[in-house]
Amino acid sequence: MSKASLIVDNLSVDFAAGSARKSVVRHVSFRVEPGRAVALVGESGSGKSVTARSLVGLAGAGAIVSATRLSYGDRDLRALSQRQWREIRGRDIGFVLQDALVSLDPLRTIGAEIEEALAAHGWGDRASRRRRAQDLLRSVGIPDPDIRALQRSDELSGGLRQRALIATALALDPAIVIADEPTTALDSTVQAQIVALLSAIKEKGHGLLIISHDLHLVSKLADEVVVMHHGDVVEQGPVSDVLAKPRHAYTRALLDAMPGRHPRRRRPIARDREEQASSLPETVLDVRDLTKTFDGPAGSARLAVDKVSFSIQRGRTLGIVGESGSGKTTVARIALGLVTPDEGEIAFAGRPWVASTGRGPRVSEADRRPYRRDLSVIYQDPLSSFDPRWTVGQILSDALQAAGLARKDQARRIADLLAKVRLPIEIADRWPLNLSGGQRQRVAIARALAANPKVVICDEPVSALDVSVQAQVLDLLADLQEELGIAYLFISHDLGVIRQISDDVLVMQSGRAVEQGATEQVFSAPAHPFTKALLQAAS
Amino acid sequence: MSAPAGRSLQINRLWPLGWLICRRLLSGALVLLASATVTFFALRLTPGDPVRAVLGGPTANPTPETVARAIAEFGLDRPLPVQYLLHIGRLLRGDLGTSFSQHQQVSAVIAEQIGPTLWLTGSAVAVAWLLSTLSVLATARRGWALSAVGSAAETMAAALPQFWLGLVLLAVFAFGLRWFPPQSDGGFLGMVLPTLALAVPLAGFLAQVTRESFELALDQPFILSARMRGLGEGAVRWRHGLRHAALPGISLSAWAIGSLIGNAVLVEVIFSRPGLGRVLYQAVSVQDMPLTIGVTLVVTLVYVVASLAVDLLYILVDPRLKAKRT
Repeated sequence: MSKASLIVDNLSVDFAAGSARKSVVRHVSFRVEPGRAVALVGESGSGKSVTARSLVGLAGAGAIVSATRLSYGDRDLRALSQRQWREIRGRDIGFVLQDALVSLDPLRTIGAEIEEALAAHGWGDRASRRRRAQDLLRSVGIPDPDIRALQRSDELSGGLRQRALIATALALDPAIVIADEPTTALDSTVQAQIVALLSAIKEKGHGLLIISHDLHLVSKLADEVVVMHHGDVVEQGPVSDVLAKPRHAYTRALLDAMPGRHPRRRRPIARDREEQASSLPETVLDVRDLTKTFDGPAGSARLAVDKVSFSIQRGRTLGIVGESGSGKTTVARIALGLVTPDEGEIAFAGRPWVASTGRGPRVSEADRRPYRRDLSVIYQDPLSSFDPRWTVGQILSDALQAAGLARKDQARRIADLLAKVRLPIEIADRWPLNLSGGQRQRVAIARALAANPKVVICDEPVSALDVSVQAQVLDLLADLQEELGIAYLFISHDLGVIRQISDDVLVMQSGRAVEQGATEQVFSAPAHPFTKALLQAAS
Repeated sequence: MSAPAGRSLQINRLWPLGWLICRRLLSGALVLLASATVTFFALRLTPGDPVRAVLGGPTANPTPETVARAIAEFGLDRPLPVQYLLHIGRLLRGDLGTSFSQHQQVSAVIAEQIGPTLWLTGSAVAVAWLLSTLSVLATARRGWALSAVGSAAETMAAALPQFWLGLVLLAVFAFGLRWFPPQSDGGFLGMVLPTLALAVPLAGFLAQVTRESFELALDQPFILSARMRGLGEGAVRWRHGLRHAALPGISLSAWAIGSLIGNAVLVEVIFSRPGLGRVLYQAVSVQDMPLTIGVTLVVTLVYVVASLAVDLLYILVDPRLKAKRT
């Protein structure tokens, strides 16, 4: 590995479409030096990914890149031919794209992907490339590289997959490594491992450029931070300065929006009202000893949920936190009556709601139907739960129809629902595809509220949103709860989000509820080793 | 850790494949049985009595002795279920009856004609794949003009009737330029024009389907990932794009093989080639039921085999399917 630096001065990127020209990045300057890490921070649309891609000549079709200086070592990158760019990509500058599941070719083995990176630059012969691929997999912490090299990305866990993708970028030992959102969509314990791996890469003397919206990741890894907002650099400096003493309002807003910074504080007035209403809070959802086993390949069985019990009171929130595969979504699907458990039962507002396949009385879908409107759900990706040809007004009207509201009253109620989720009434005439992520999730919330439900099940409702939007949606959910007395079953892998929204927490690991209790109790004094490990990984 | 993981990997890789082949063979057998059943009833539904249908169609004038022999052979004096079982039994023994128009065993006629047909169909599908792949690799997403030209050429090719193309090729390259013989002589040169007549429209069709999925594939992040490793445009297209784009075309190929065998008749007539299409056409026109049924069953069999081959090819191209089919 050579010890060259990547120097960027006054980089601007415009996109030309016909005669129109749109400026997406303006006057960005930084330098990536050996053994140091620079972080480009910003939300979606801030121009951080385009900036990074223009450093390898792949800013996209129609991109016009200009800079007063753009150099790697003593090479000027501004006037390279396609052929010269190809020599630099992979050999001098390695790039790790986000989401390894789709950034590795799903039809090829990870070994083949690494060998291809070597072959593209004429490295070694077939046998030596194979050996090198296994060495690389081992060096990024993948056990049994000889077996793993023969697997495809969909056969690996999220963490191994991300490591494999990093290995493809490291194949030729490039001096500079660019990583775009390297920990997004990973569980927090796995995130911590990837951060450790990237730190080790930095220690070895590679220059790192990290692109992320996650300030937590940035604080652990970066030496210098460049904060971008709508294509402009709003703040730049050593990581300790920027994160400890942010000068720009946008940086402060980003820091402030980090979930979990503000543990939930109920307004005293709400407490009073609740206590007046009844001395004993009404239990709306009572879940007893749920167990569910799924059939795995070749006759094996997987215990997805193992004797999980909890109850939720009116107007309160139970947060279920766990990593992917912990069974939290299966619990939600059982509570919705979509999956029948092997054992256990659920009572909803005092009535039998879900019964097991085993002994005892059955509950049929026909029994549930009259009360379905009292239970609604919000998903992670609202867009896929909307009919793309319907306007927001039609979506809400459909939900109101199902709730049995007469057509003549619907317009007024739609206006009312949109006002509740703080959206302007004009949104009713627009299509979900043309809305921002935050607006879509608000529409999904409005739809969930259409029938005045008692309980809303929220399955990762803010995981796909930018942090500042996340904070707004969480605030909205909390406000609506105080206003309407709804109970939430809130599922998330994000400890910060759970801490902010929940009254009580249930921690799941491999199908079991390993810890359960009041939110602050669990977060300040975790009892189970897994909860401790989770908190450790997130801090 | 390493040894058990390796073994379970191997089991996971092999077992669903065997299961898939078993299931496909079983469903193929069912399709053949259904086809045989339909032909059995078709024989009974033809105008006049089935004896005539077997013995020489509407114009035949069999002697009473021949009729009596046929009634005994086919069990026509016995209940329908028994006749059906006899029919299936004969088919299982490979006895497809006698063709009165050709004065030969049906199986002998088919054995004689199937070679040229399979040869023509196989080469047409192969050439169609070659042409469509070249067109997509060379023109898809290569700038506005080139991609419009490629796309237009494919649409035009797909719209060409095979017999018209055959006539034009014959007029230009056989009679005009005299590069190829006008009649099929069984040699390589005689194969070229009929193959092209069948392959070009199919290539246009395959290319249209492949182009669409190819462009979708080029938008995927793993393509960008490959470029970031320093791969050139050609390598990206060939190694990453094409494999993803080939799937819809591959499933279309099973249909293409089956339909080419039956529908190659016009091209076979134009180029004076022997083949099943021609035999089927002649059999239908003189109402030679045994021969019609025999050819129909053989075409069904080719369909079934082609579908199985396509399914296996699918798994070879997209190994993810193996895991999902358990």
